[in-house]
Amino acid sequence: MSIQTGSAWVDGSGSRLAKYNFFKRINWGRASVFSVPTLWLAIFFFIPFLVVFKISLSESAIAVPPYTALLDWNAEDAYINLKLNLGNYLFLFEDSFYIDAYLSSIKIAAVSTFFTLLIAFPIAYLMARSKPSMRALLLALVILPFWTSFLLRVYAWMGFLKKNGLVNEFLMGTGIIDQPLIMLQTDFAVYIGIVYTYLPFMVLPLYSALEKMDMTLLEAAEDLGARPTTSFFLITVPLAVPGIIAGCVLVFIPAVGEFVIPSLLGGSDTLMIGRVLWDEFFLNRDWPMASAVAIVMLIVLVLPIMLIRNSQGKEETA
Amino acid sequence: MIETAGDAGLIASPDITELPLWKQEGATPFLRIENITKKFGDFTAVDNISLDIYKNELFCLLGGSGSGKSTLLRMLAGFESPTSGRIIIDGVDMSGVQPWKRPVNMMFQSYALFPHLSVEDNVGFGLKREGLGRAEVKQRVAEMLDMVQLGHLGKRKPSQLSGGQRQRVALARSLVKRPKLLLLDEPLGALDKKLREETQFELINIQEELGVTFVVVTHDQEEAMTLATRIGVMNNGIIVQTAEPHDVYEYPNSRFVAEFVGSVNLFEGRIIEDQPDSVRINSQEAGAVLYVSHGISCAPNQKVHVAVRPEKMRISREQPDQQENCVCGVVEEYAYMGGLTVYRVRLASGKEVRVTQPNTSREASERLTWKEQVYLYWDLDSSVVLTA
Repeated sequence: MSIQTGSAWVDGSGSRLAKYNFFKRINWGRASVFSVPTLWLAIFFFIPFLVVFKISLSESAIAVPPYTALLDWNAEDAYINLKLNLGNYLFLFEDSFYIDAYLSSIKIAAVSTFFTLLIAFPIAYLMARSKPSMRALLLALVILPFWTSFLLRVYAWMGFLKKNGLVNEFLMGTGIIDQPLIMLQTDFAVYIGIVYTYLPFMVLPLYSALEKMDMTLLEAAEDLGARPTTSFFLITVPLAVPGIIAGCVLVFIPAVGEFVIPSLLGGSDTLMIGRVLWDEFFLNRDWPMASAVAIVMLIVLVLPIMLIRNSQGKEETA
Repeated sequence: MIETAGDAGLIASPDITELPLWKQEGATPFLRIENITKKFGDFTAVDNISLDIYKNELFCLLGGSGSGKSTLLRMLAGFESPTSGRIIIDGVDMSGVQPWKRPVNMMFQSYALFPHLSVEDNVGFGLKREGLGRAEVKQRVAEMLDMVQLGHLGKRKPSQLSGGQRQRVALARSLVKRPKLLLLDEPLGALDKKLREETQFELINIQEELGVTFVVVTHDQEEAMTLATRIGVMNNGIIVQTAEPHDVYEYPNSRFVAEFVGSVNLFEGRIIEDQPDSVRINSQEAGAVLYVSHGISCAPNQKVHVAVRPEKMRISREQPDQQENCVCGVVEEYAYMGGLTVYRVRLASGKEVRVTQPNTSREASERLTWKEQVYLYWDLDSSVVLTA
């Protein structure tokens, strides 16, 4: 098909024909289907990204909006001055506060993702192995927390974890401890909050990967001499890898930028980049700095994930 | 023995002079199934089956869906445990022995190849579980892949293979551990017809070369006929008949077997003369007295069926000389199939009879056509009386 059209161009047997072919080659139905998500991403993701990027290159100013313009039109000399301020980015790397915040966010997100995976895997496994009639019910139970506001659920954890909260009352009542445990406003509470709220995002992709698995593969493994634990690690886990990766990405990325959970459950020393961002915007009113923080966070997160996806795609086509 | 094997299409080994093990008095079976019953709730999938299978046999369990053949096979592999009864493999009671400890391997109907492992790793999976060294695993995998002619595809993933290649990987994987007993669940079911025929003979060659005992489950009677040394025909959880392919076809012991294996014409009738080595049966359906050249044990005047295979009948316009086993009808339909022609003939009683004739002549004018009055007749020893 493409060769035919190509030759029409080359021998030039009428440019009208070639033009006609060109328009015919565009599958309009297909293009319109693609254009909707493309436009959506362009309007709500790419353009805002450019705006934030632009702000990150300006300087903070006492004005509305609170930053300087990049372009400066000098009418007398007919100059356009383009002033790009890289100071925000330099400052990010000079001040160890920001680097610490990034590293601490990544650490907290990574640890939470790990524990989410650890808890979600058995849940997803059980769901995938239960009777088909039970699966719909279990699936509904996993999604059920979404019916309550995210904020309320985090507040509920405050009730559980505070000094005279449910957990301490119970442990003291049964005599396991005699001093209340300090749990709220620690990193521990942040981990609990993230693991709890993001659990469904891990369970669902894992479930869909495990549910697709052909059970005769496990019988085949047993038949070839593998004990159930061996076949779990050699067959079940490798086949769940796409689900594991999808779940980890879905939990890790929002967890890095998480703001509500560390500010409600974490202590004053819980350093996370989401809080830094908030403070820059609303306390310091330094929009350019906040924008620079956001852009660097995006790069730090997106680049490794794109690399992972790329290598995965290559493996699948190989 | 040689003659019977030849008739069934499979020539085991022309130089066999002694009787096969299953015909020898007091031979020790390799696999002994003792009164095995398997119930799922109220449903009895396998109903008190006892069966002996001997070394180097290629035993086919033949039956329709729901006959219990797959359940029986899964019990041999250890995936299901019998409700009652015992399975003894090579003298060892398998009760309570887990699948991964049995000297048995299985080739699955879906092949169950591990999609994330290469062909080599699939075949080597079982050897690695035995704790063999890397070099030995590699060598045995290579040998096995060469045997199934896939030596050049070892690095591929199962998704990059054709159906026939996957089938051979599955076979290689189940044979590489040198099991004493190989279980095959519909081994050729997913292949197209031509590939199937080739693979059948390959399977027999491999079985003879390695000397492994095979138990094959299939619903395809042709497959069972070509592959098997013996066939066990299953229905509703029991084995109806266990015999060599030739005997299952020529001497079925019941209407079920006669109808399940090949096609057959059954004439209902009552015995009117019962000699030690022959019987005469008056059949309203056939509109004649039928003669069968073997004795049977049954009550006088009992209702029986006479079974005649379509290819045992001859068809002719002229009345034949023979008086016995000759019926008369009209050609309803015929189908020319190249090598042979299938006729459907309606008898005076309304009974429809199927006759197949080899097309020995090229002349179309000699062939019978619709609405022609014909005589059907068969040799005195061509039919079987079925009491069950």
